[in-house]
Amino acid sequence: MDHEPAFFETSPKPGVVGMPLNRVDGRDKVMGKAKYSAEYPLPGLVYGVLKTSAIAKGRVQSIDTSLAMKEPGVLQILTHLNLPKLAKTPNDPEGKKAIGAPMGFLPLTSDVIYYAGQPVALVVADTFERATQAAALIRVNYAAEAPIAAYTDKRAQIFNPEKIQDGKADGYTRRGDARAALAGAPIKMTAVYTHAINHHNPMEPGATTAIWEAPDRVTVYESTQGVTRTQKALSAYLGLPQDQVRVITKFLGGGFGCKGSCWPHTVLTVQAAKMVGRPVKLVLTRPQQFTSMGHREDQTQTLTLGASKEGKLLALIHEKTSTTSPWDNYAEANSKIINLLYECPTFESHYELGRANVMTSTFTRAPGEAPGSFAIESSMDDLAYQLGIDPIEIRLRNYAEKDPSTGQPWSSKSLRQCYARGAELFGWSKRNPKAGVTKNGRLLVGYGMATASYPVHNSQGTARVRLYADGHAVVQAGATDLGTGTYTVMTQVAADSLGLAPDKIRFELGDTKLPTAPNSGGSVAAGTVSSSVYMAAQDVWERLTKMAIKDPKSPLFKAKAEDVAMENGRLQLKKDASKGEDFKALMKRAGIDDIEGSGQGKYGSGYEAGQSAANASDAHKDEAGKHSMHSFGAHFCEVQVDPDLGTVRVTRWVSVHGAGRILNAKTARSQIIGGSIFGIGAALMEATARDPHYARYTNADLGDYHIPVNADIPDMTVEFIDEHDPYINAMGVKGIGEISMVGVSAAVANAVFHATGKRVRDLPITPDKILGTKSA
Amino acid sequence: MNNFSYLSTATAKDATAAVTGTKGAAFIAGGTTVLDLMKLNVENHAELVDINMVPFKGIEQTAEGLRIGALERMSDVGEHPLVVQNYPMISQALLQAASPQLRNMASIGGNLLQRTRCGYFRDVAFPCNKRQPGSGCPAQEGENRGLAILGGSKDCIATHPGDLGVALAALDAVLLLENAKGKQRRVPLVDFHVVPGSTPQRETVLEPGELIVSVTIPAAAHAKKSMYLKVRDRASYAFALASAAVGLDVQGGQIRSARVALGGVGTKPWRSLAAEKILTGAPATEATFRAAAAAAVRDAQPREQNRFKVELAQNTLVRALLELSAA
Ligand SMILES: Cc1cc2nc3c(=O)[nH]c(=O)nc-3n(C[C@H](O)[C@H](O)[C@H](O)COP(=O)(O)OP(=O)(O)OC[C@H]3O[C@@H](n4cnc5c(N)ncnc54)[C@H](O)[C@@H]3O)c2cc1C
Ligand code: SF4
Repeated sequence: MDHEPAFFETSPKPGVVGMPLNRVDGRDKVMGKAKYSAEYPLPGLVYGVLKTSAIAKGRVQSIDTSLAMKEPGVLQILTHLNLPKLAKTPNDPEGKKAIGAPMGFLPLTSDVIYYAGQPVALVVADTFERATQAAALIRVNYAAEAPIAAYTDKRAQIFNPEKIQDGKADGYTRRGDARAALAGAPIKMTAVYTHAINHHNPMEPGATTAIWEAPDRVTVYESTQGVTRTQKALSAYLGLPQDQVRVITKFLGGGFGCKGSCWPHTVLTVQAAKMVGRPVKLVLTRPQQFTSMGHREDQTQTLTLGASKEGKLLALIHEKTSTTSPWDNYAEANSKIINLLYECPTFESHYELGRANVMTSTFTRAPGEAPGSFAIESSMDDLAYQLGIDPIEIRLRNYAEKDPSTGQPWSSKSLRQCYARGAELFGWSKRNPKAGVTKNGRLLVGYGMATASYPVHNSQGTARVRLYADGHAVVQAGATDLGTGTYTVMTQVAADSLGLAPDKIRFELGDTKLPTAPNSGGSVAAGTVSSSVYMAAQDVWERLTKMAIKDPKSPLFKAKAEDVAMENGRLQLKKDASKGEDFKALMKRAGIDDIEGSGQGKYGSGYEAGQSAANASDAHKDEAGKHSMHSFGAHFCEVQVDPDLGTVRVTRWVSVHGAGRILNAKTARSQIIGGSIFGIGAALMEATARDPHYARYTNADLGDYHIPVNADIPDMTVEFIDEHDPYINAMGVKGIGEISMVGVSAAVANAVFHATGKRVRDLPITPDKILGTKSA
Repeated sequence: MNNFSYLSTATAKDATAAVTGTKGAAFIAGGTTVLDLMKLNVENHAELVDINMVPFKGIEQTAEGLRIGALERMSDVGEHPLVVQNYPMISQALLQAASPQLRNMASIGGNLLQRTRCGYFRDVAFPCNKRQPGSGCPAQEGENRGLAILGGSKDCIATHPGDLGVALAALDAVLLLENAKGKQRRVPLVDFHVVPGSTPQRETVLEPGELIVSVTIPAAAHAKKSMYLKVRDRASYAFALASAAVGLDVQGGQIRSARVALGGVGTKPWRSLAAEKILTGAPATEATFRAAAAAAVRDAQPREQNRFKVELAQNTLVRALLELSAA
């Protein structure tokens, strides 16, 4: 039941990369034609509904499904007593690794309850309503124990992990002797920052539709940021070869990290479909979403800095304590950004974890960088005020010309321009350097700014181009469009690299049948997939060039391949454009309807190398590998604070970023706006409350978990610095997925400080934290 | 959510008969509270009796004041010229509540019967005296940031979350109720909601099967010059952390009459006669307003997380009075 979107609104003109092309899938979306993973009306489809644990710790003593099974239409109830055996589970480290599971435990494999909201049963019935009713009728008898809700509980086991983030980052880092440097520093400051639990809350909740096509072959329509990662996970779970598992995600209603991994409900749905022998669809309810796909963990950061009287950093010591699950050592790696944002000769970081009865937290909207930047960027602001130096100036004094964490040169960095342009757009020069004195009637007005940075993560992927002699092309990559514009920007890249108008291109994604693309996460998709598409197009031109120079009827007969270039769909001599022909003519003469090429986009394979040849030279790759690759930017924020009522409103916003090539001015702007709004949410209102005694959330819905509404957000100004990065990848694209959020909460908090003279280090900055501030 | 049957009725008689006659039956108007709570399994009604066809409609001026049918929608009432002109605080309370979509569905009667947003109440996995009498009140020592500082008991500190009730409490509104026998009675809004005491499951004096027919708000100078100020965690679409419904009749700098009610801080819409007493006859100055605000929260019993509401409620009230007297 494939449904390829029909695209409209594409520009008929070539030369479109960077142009603000409208979303090619926009019309399908507003017409309700875009099919999300829970919207495939498969024949015989039945409905799965989860029943989740009422307690956070203990055991399921007994589970009575008799009443529920008597409900009409109920087909099956999966519990830990009857879940079909899986080839692997994440319950042991080897299985966890093979699956790539985000959490070291699969519910329904044991009677033990580790966290509130853990699934204890999955009901399958012929309608959603009947499954829901039956789930309510299941009686679970628990032997409850007192749970631990967070690292802040005195009973929590606190430890220093050797590795965090699933082994991807170190629990302890040291560069130089930060303690000694601190001891000798004229200025010393220590500040403690806390961050509330945040949930991703994409508009589209987790959703799985599973259909077994054969006893050993399954297709899964999944709400995921990466079809291949889900495919790999399911093949490990099920013991099936990877090619026997097909995963499809044509449209995604946001992910923000929570759909970056294959979570338990997905494999449980697949197992349910196997048991009932019919396709099963399961959609998480909004409350279930809060305990099914991870979250940003509750955390405390202590940041100590030592500086010279001129404001030069001498030492940075970062400590983080956060909550993790009973099985995993997960903490987002906050310290990375602190280690590299500014020139500082010494650095030290420690992570501490406290085990609690919660599910494992996961990458959430700029994991590590977002809360880490809150700490460093608030502390830099403190330093600026303490020394009476402008906040931009303090950052310039500590400007890192090389990556301090590795000593490597940057592949490109436009942060100075970002500061300058941002300050100009914002009117930073009008800022009164004193805090708490700028007013608008009763309101206190504050300006704040902060630096943003996000790494270009190592990544690779493949794309395929099929060019037809009639002047159309199908371009494919198993990437995901999170709603951010992947369909659109890849159409633009394909159009330009094939010399065709965008409306002659059909870009297909979101299917494991297509060439493998990376997970859309860590801001890698735009850079990697666009480079793959570009390289695949180059492959096509190479093949066509070979045909042309061997074809006696071609004007290019006997030309040297390296002398031939492609211009607007024409193969021609670089030196003499009049000598050449249109690819259509060449293909028609050769009697071929279509020609295929494939290409691999890689991190560090180099823009220039990629442009001049189909593959980057090894020498260039080595050169690229010697560079540190990051995007940089700056956010500027104006707030107006009502000191009596405690309300903080963001009234102006400017973000300027240098992120390599920008593929589409409109979708890129939207992405920065969206990420900044996320950040404003985290800064001012987002917080999931976990009861300290029951280890259970008390506001797990969108009525009580606040995210910004339109009225919270002013007009936003977004600009990009024209940045040419020769090392990143064939398209010179760094990616802007997450940088948009980094630094935002600090920019807001810094503006609040400027307005009120009160430094709030506990996010979110809700009215209760402002009260007590009186106008100066 | 459990399975339920659905019955649409066109008269008050049929509706009340259906609800009294069927075990576990409840009325449904806009459904924005009752369906929400059923989806959460907090309420499990065997039958929903739809009253939307019952002619409890109309927004009209009568001898006793403005009469609003219980089935009028929040959006229609909030935007009605008579309400905007003569009872601005009611219009403001309605239009700052919920979201446009909800306001288009939600009825005036249903609004007054909305239930608390206390997170323990809304999740059946928790104990909660209001939902399950005698099971305990985890909010006392738990997540109580949004809960009440006024009118609570050791058994429950749940906030009445609505805005409309606060405005109606301030303006001496009177509800008209009708029971299954067709008998009608009048209940002042301030007596309609009750504090939890040891029976937090009981929130109003409404009898089983009794309907709200309409609400009448007397005309008054302090109604015409009135405002509703709501403070919340985001700029729109959030329940009040604190709100103030104030009406003033000021002549030559002296307050002739005043009306004050607080929202977001009480277990019911919190009319403050103590504040009104201080305001009445006093000069309309910030000092007077501060004294009134202090009186309004004199009996506050904050818990750990909602202590800020004592200050916030006072500041909200003072601000509302300042803005209103300056207008
Ligand atoms: C996300 C969200 C945010 C909200 N924010 C706010 C807010 O900021 N401020 C605010 O004030 N409210 C807010 N509300 C509450 C909303 O205003 C109420 O849900 C709504 O007013 C209820 O009206 P209804 O007609 O939908 O009631 P229903 O759900 O139909 O009924 C509610 C209850 O009243 C009973 N009932 C209804 N009509 C009558 C009648 N005439 N006689 C007797 N019984 C009756 C029903 O049996 C039921 O028990 C919010 C609600 C939601 C879901
Ligand atoms: S405050 Fe009331 S509603 Fe909340 S938990 Fe306690 S008893 Fe239940």
